[in-house]
Amino acid sequence: MNDQTYTEQHPVGGLSARNHPKGTPSPARDPLGDNSPKTVMASDIKAGIKDASPILFAIVPFAAVFGAVAIESGLSFWETILTSLSIYAAASQYVMVDLMGQNVPVWSIVLAVFAVNFRHVLYSASIGRTMGAFSPLQKALAFFLLVDPQFASSEARAAKSGLRPAYYFTYAAMIYSTWIAANCVGALFGSLINSPATYGLDFILPLYFTGLVAGFHKRPNFIPVLAISAGVALIAWFMIGSPWHITLGGIAGLITAATLSKPVKHKMDEEAANA
Amino acid sequence: MHDNTVLLILACALATYATRTGGHLILSRFGTTHHRLEAALEAVPTAVLAALVAPSLVTNGPAEALSIVIAGIIALRYSLMLSVLAGIICLIVLRGIVA
Repeated sequence: MNDQTYTEQHPVGGLSARNHPKGTPSPARDPLGDNSPKTVMASDIKAGIKDASPILFAIVPFAAVFGAVAIESGLSFWETILTSLSIYAAASQYVMVDLMGQNVPVWSIVLAVFAVNFRHVLYSASIGRTMGAFSPLQKALAFFLLVDPQFASSEARAAKSGLRPAYYFTYAAMIYSTWIAANCVGALFGSLINSPATYGLDFILPLYFTGLVAGFHKRPNFIPVLAISAGVALIAWFMIGSPWHITLGGIAGLITAATLSKPVKHKMDEEAANA
Repeated sequence: MHDNTVLLILACALATYATRTGGHLILSRFGTTHHRLEAALEAVPTAVLAALVAPSLVTNGPAEALSIVIAGIIALRYSLMLSVLAGIICLIVLRGIVA
């Protein structure tokens, strides 16, 4: 995850001596020959490929199994691919396919998908704040592609060197194309898939998310947020079941962070009162 | 199976997209943000990902639990790639021993 050499400052001199705040692109106004936006973009693309690569191994079995399950549940090949192309959220796709087989009303299937995906509301609220460099259209597309690893990696990227479209969409393109390709393979040759447990592939995602969580350890109140989220998630998991543990555990962590937060400058009285 | 499978799929896609834009759209209606809201948003990745992983820590077995702990510790100091790799190696070795 360490990238070294790229500079966000523009070379001093000539016409380009103005300041560019982090994350704000300025392509059109730069004089020719100033290639630093290009350098930034190249480094963003490289980092996107590098960060997405380990995730691809985890996605392939997930996507292939979904393809196989969907076909087995009675979806056609093209319906299966349309599902993955348009929804692009693994857990909720499993829920949809499962409920379709049970002859429940359409509105309740859509509601279930909405509920399973509810955690994305938190993702978009958080990552949206770092998308200053995105045009409205880029934002609209970016939110469509906001899957769990995309969110996690983009948060890490935003904290480290600012989030720009080149990084975001490189990462997204790798995940999305792998997801669809493996889906097709699963839908066509589902019966040939062997157990992914042999190589530990079934457990890459939890390990990956663990690594990302640890990477946020410098954020304020990391330990209490971590402990409360995980604790509440476990209680919810045992008492209510998946996927509510994610939303409830997450919200408990956010309440913890908000409660422990201290005002930046003034309002010391209020802080003392809350302490 | 439902008659309008394609319509159902597209409705589910719309519901999913609503969750993925919703948080940002709601938030961008507020001009300034309170420090507590700011702190809560700052904590989203930690809180949500911890909640996501928590069941994997306790519902699988000692090999899985230990590999998560090791991946977490290594990620404190080293790169994400290295931590995932260490977790996987640990998992394969431990599964070999346990099984």
